[in-house]
Amino acid sequence: MGAETNTITPNTIFIDGQDIPFNAGQTIMDAALAAGVYIPHLCHRPGLTPHGSCKLCTVDIGSRDVSTHDSDRRVQAKFSVDTDSRSVSACTTPAVAGQQISNNTPALNEVRKTITQMLFIEGNHICPSCEKTGDCTLQAMAYHLGMLDGHFPQFFPRREVDASHPAVMLDRDRCILCELCVRASREVDGKNVFAIAGRGINAHLIVNSPSGKLADSGLETGDMAAHICPVGAILIKEHGYEVPIGQRTFDLHQVGEIGLEEVILAKVMHTDE
Amino acid sequence: NRNKVRIATTSLAGCFGCHMSFLDMDERLVALLEHVELNRSPLTDIKHCGPCDIGLIEGGVCNAENAHVLREFRDNCKILIAVGACAINGGVPAMRNHFHLRECLEEAYVNGVGVENPQIPDDAELPLLLDKVHPIHDVVHVDYYLPGCPPSADEFLKVLGDLLEGKEPALPKNLLHYD
Repeated sequence: MGAETNTITPNTIFIDGQDIPFNAGQTIMDAALAAGVYIPHLCHRPGLTPHGSCKLCTVDIGSRDVSTHDSDRRVQAKFSVDTDSRSVSACTTPAVAGQQISNNTPALNEVRKTITQMLFIEGNHICPSCEKTGDCTLQAMAYHLGMLDGHFPQFFPRREVDASHPAVMLDRDRCILCELCVRASREVDGKNVFAIAGRGINAHLIVNSPSGKLADSGLETGDMAAHICPVGAILIKEHGYEVPIGQRTFDLHQVGEIGLEEVILAKVMHTDE
Repeated sequence: NRNKVRIATTSLAGCFGCHMSFLDMDERLVALLEHVELNRSPLTDIKHCGPCDIGLIEGGVCNAENAHVLREFRDNCKILIAVGACAINGGVPAMRNHFHLRECLEEAYVNGVGVENPQIPDDAELPLLLDKVHPIHDVVHVDYYLPGCPPSADEFLKVLGDLLEGKEPALPKNLLHYD
C-alpha cells in the first residue's frame, strides 16, 4: 500500500491560468472541484462513474494563451489553424501535467448557454408549473448562464408519465438523460432500476421491471436514485411546493458553489419517508 | 406629446398576469408615463396598433386571431418584446400540446362534466384554435425576451428603463427567473 501511495505524484494543470494540483487518475473535473474551481456540469456527481452526456463541462485544452479565447469562439473555430487546441468534457478527460485549460471564458459560457437552450427546447420545461422550480439544477444553470429564452423551436414531445409507484413518480417531459438515476441505482444499491433506451431523439428513460412500470421495480424512497434527479423528472409524491419562495435551494445558493450536492440532498429528503 | 416613447401592449394566449405585474410598478408608473404613452393596449381604448417604438407581447399563440394581432404588432413596432413564460416558450397553456386539439374540444364542450347541449362552437366569428400553442418567436421575429411567470415589476422597469436611455437591455442575475 505504501508503495502504491508513493506512485501518486502530485502534479499540476492550469485552469484559466490558475495552478491546480491533481493526483494521478483524477479527471480535470475531479481536480478542479477539489481545488474549489467550478466547471459547469449537470450529469456529473462525485462518487459516480463519469458519464459525459450533458457537455456543460466542455473546456478547451490547448497551447494557446488563455486570453485568445476571449473573442468569439465560433469564429476562431472557423478560421484558426491551431490544431493543438481541442474541446473536451472535463468530467471524462484525465488531468495530464501541464495542460493549459480554458474554462470560465465568455466564449465557452456562450457555448454552454446554447447547450442549455437545447436541453430546454427538447423537453417540456414549463417551470411555472413544475414542483422542482427553485430547486432544479438545470434551471439554476440557465440562470447562471444568463439564458433569457430557448432560442430554438420547441420540440413539444409527447412523453409518458409513470405514476404507478405509491411514493415516487416519473415525469419524462423533464428528463435530460443525465443517467444520474441509472448510475445511482446501478452503482450505489445495485438495484439497477433505470436505463436509457431508444436511439437519437427517441432516447428515453425506462424502468427495468417486467411491466416497465415503476411500481413493479425495487425502487424505494430511501434510494439515492429516487433523490438524485437534478430536474423534475423523478419526484417524491405528495412533497411538492413545500418550500416557500425565497427559501428554495437556488434562491439561497448559486449553482457554481462547490459541494452543493449535500445541500440539495438535505432539501429533497423528507422526514416522513 | 411628440417626444414620448410609444408603447403598445397585448395579451394573446395570456392570463393578463404579465399586465398585472406591469401595473405592479405602482407609483413608479407615474414617472414612467412622463416618458411614455400607451398605444393599443388592454389599458387603452385604441383598437389597432399604430406606429410604435416598443411592443410588449404577453401570451403564446393559440388561435388564428392571436397570429393576426401578433403580426400587426410586428408590422408597427420597432422593438418587439416577448413578455413572460407563455410568449417565450408557450408556457402552461402549451401543456395542451400533449393532446390532440379535438380531444381538448370534446372534453370541454361535449364530454365534460355538466355540459348541456353538447356541441363544439363553430360560428365563423370565433377564431379557430391552432393545432398547437406556439411561442411568439415561432411566428414573428422577437427582439428581446423578458422571462418570468410573470416577470416582476422590477424586470419591466429595468428593461424599459434601459431602452428609454437608449441602452441595450440587460437583466441582472438577481432579477432572472422563469417561475
